[in-house]
Amino acid sequence: MSVTILIPSPLRIHTEKRERVVVEAATVGEALRTLCETHPGIRNHLLSEDGAVRRFINVYVNDDDIRFLSEQTTRLRANDIVSIIPSIAGG
Amino acid sequence: MKSGSMSPEQLKRYGRHIILPEVGMEGQIRLNQASVLIIGAGGLGSPAALYLAAAGVGTIGLVDFDTVDLTNLQRQILHTTDSIGTSKLSSAKQRIQALNPTVSVRTHAVRLTHENAMDILRAYDVIIDGTDNFPTRYLVNDACVFLSKPNIYGSIFRFEGQASVFHAGEGPCYRCLYPEPPPPGMVPSCAEGGVFGVLPGIIGTIQATEAIKVLLGLGRTLIGRLLLVDALTMEFRTMKLKKDPQCPVCGPKATIKELVDYEAWCAAVSGAIPEENVSDVISVQELSEKLRSKDTPQLVDVREDFEREIATIGGIAIPLRELSGRMQELDAAREVVVYCHTGQRSGRAVAFLKDQGFSRARNLLGGIEAWSLLIDQTVPRY
Repeated sequence: MSVTILIPSPLRIHTEKRERVVVEAATVGEALRTLCETHPGIRNHLLSEDGAVRRFINVYVNDDDIRFLSEQTTRLRANDIVSIIPSIAGG
Repeated sequence: MKSGSMSPEQLKRYGRHIILPEVGMEGQIRLNQASVLIIGAGGLGSPAALYLAAAGVGTIGLVDFDTVDLTNLQRQILHTTDSIGTSKLSSAKQRIQALNPTVSVRTHAVRLTHENAMDILRAYDVIIDGTDNFPTRYLVNDACVFLSKPNIYGSIFRFEGQASVFHAGEGPCYRCLYPEPPPPGMVPSCAEGGVFGVLPGIIGTIQATEAIKVLLGLGRTLIGRLLLVDALTMEFRTMKLKKDPQCPVCGPKATIKELVDYEAWCAAVSGAIPEENVSDVISVQELSEKLRSKDTPQLVDVREDFEREIATIGGIAIPLRELSGRMQELDAAREVVVYCHTGQRSGRAVAFLKDQGFSRARNLLGGIEAWSLLIDQTVPRY
C-alpha cells in the first residue's frame, strides 16, 4: 500500500529537495529499504551496515516511535505517514 | 496571596499577567522568586532570556564563553551591533536589565563541562538548553537527570526546529529520544548548514513558554511529547515520546551514574574511538580547562622534532620511539596527557604508559590538529 515518508531538511539533498516521498510498502522496513533503493545517497545516513536504523535518528509511524511498536516489522496501513526525525543540535 | 510583597510599579508591570486567573498574584510572585538557567546566550537563549526577563523571572543565569560576532546578529537578538567583540554575557546582561531592572542576572563565563556542570545547575529551578553542540546537550541532559531538574530542550537546523521538556522524574529524557549522537561531520552545524534567522525566535520562545508553565504548574507541558516545527511549510507536529526502559541514564538499569567527558564520549559512541577507551582520552576542551586550573597535568608531546618546529602547544618532548627509555622523566602519580598530530601515536603511547603503571595517562583526542581547530587557531595546522 501507498505510504508517505517525510524527509527532514538535512536529508533532502538526497531526495532532489523533496520533503515527501511516496512508496509502496507493507512494513516500515520495506518502506525504508525502498526509499534507500530509489535514493541511494540517503542509506548511509539512515541505516547502519546491518540495516538497523541509526541511533541518532528516530522513525515514527504517524505520531508513534517504531522503537515502541515493532521496529522495522511494524505494519503499515494505507496513507500512513512515516517520519524520519534526526538528531539536530543547532542553537 | 497578598499584593504586599510587590511594589505599585511591579503590580503595574505585571498587571496583564496578574489579571489572568491562571497566573494571578500568586503565580506572579512565584515567577519573581524563581530562577532559570539558560545555557548558551545565542539564537535560542536570546528570545528565551528576553521573555523570561519580561515575565519577571527573579533570577536568570546565563552560561556562555563566547564574544559577539557580526554573524550572530542575524538571529541572536540579545546582542546589538554596538556589542560586537564584547562578551556575550555582558551584552546579554545589559539588554536584560534594560528590559527589566528587577531581574537578577547571574553570569557564568565558562564552557560547561562535566567538572563544573553540577555546581552551576544545582542552584536553579529550571534549565533551558540552548546550546549548539551534541556533547553539551548530553552533558546538560545527564546533569538534569542527576539533579532531578526539568530540562527545557530546543534545537534548530536550517528551517526545522525541535522542542520538548525532559524531566526524568515525570517522563523521558534526551537520551530516551536520541540514545547516541551522530558521528562528527554527519550533521552539519548551523555555521556550515545555515539557519533561518527567525527559527530560533520561534523555538526559543517556545522554550520560554514551557519554562514559565513548568514554574507555574500551568497547562500541559511538552513532557512526553516532541514538538517539530517546519518553518518552510509552517507545520507544527507533536510526536509521542516515551521513557526508554533501556535508557543508560534514567532507566531502571542505568549504567551512567556520574558525568563523563562528553566530547570524548560522543567521539567514542559514534565510532571515532573505541568505547572502552573513553576514560583513556581527554578532549581538547577539557585539557584547555585543566591547563588554566591549578591541577595542571603533565603534558607530553610524542611527535618528532621537525613537527614541533611547525607547531606546538608545549609539554615535555619525548618522541614515541624514545618513550620506553625516557619514562622516568614522568611522574606516575600525576595525570599525564599525551598528544601528537591527530591522536594516533599518542594513543599507542598511552596504552604503553598504562601498562607501565601510569594509570592516569590520557590521550589528547584529535591531537594538536583538534587543538588548532577548536581551541587556538594561532597554532598552525600541517
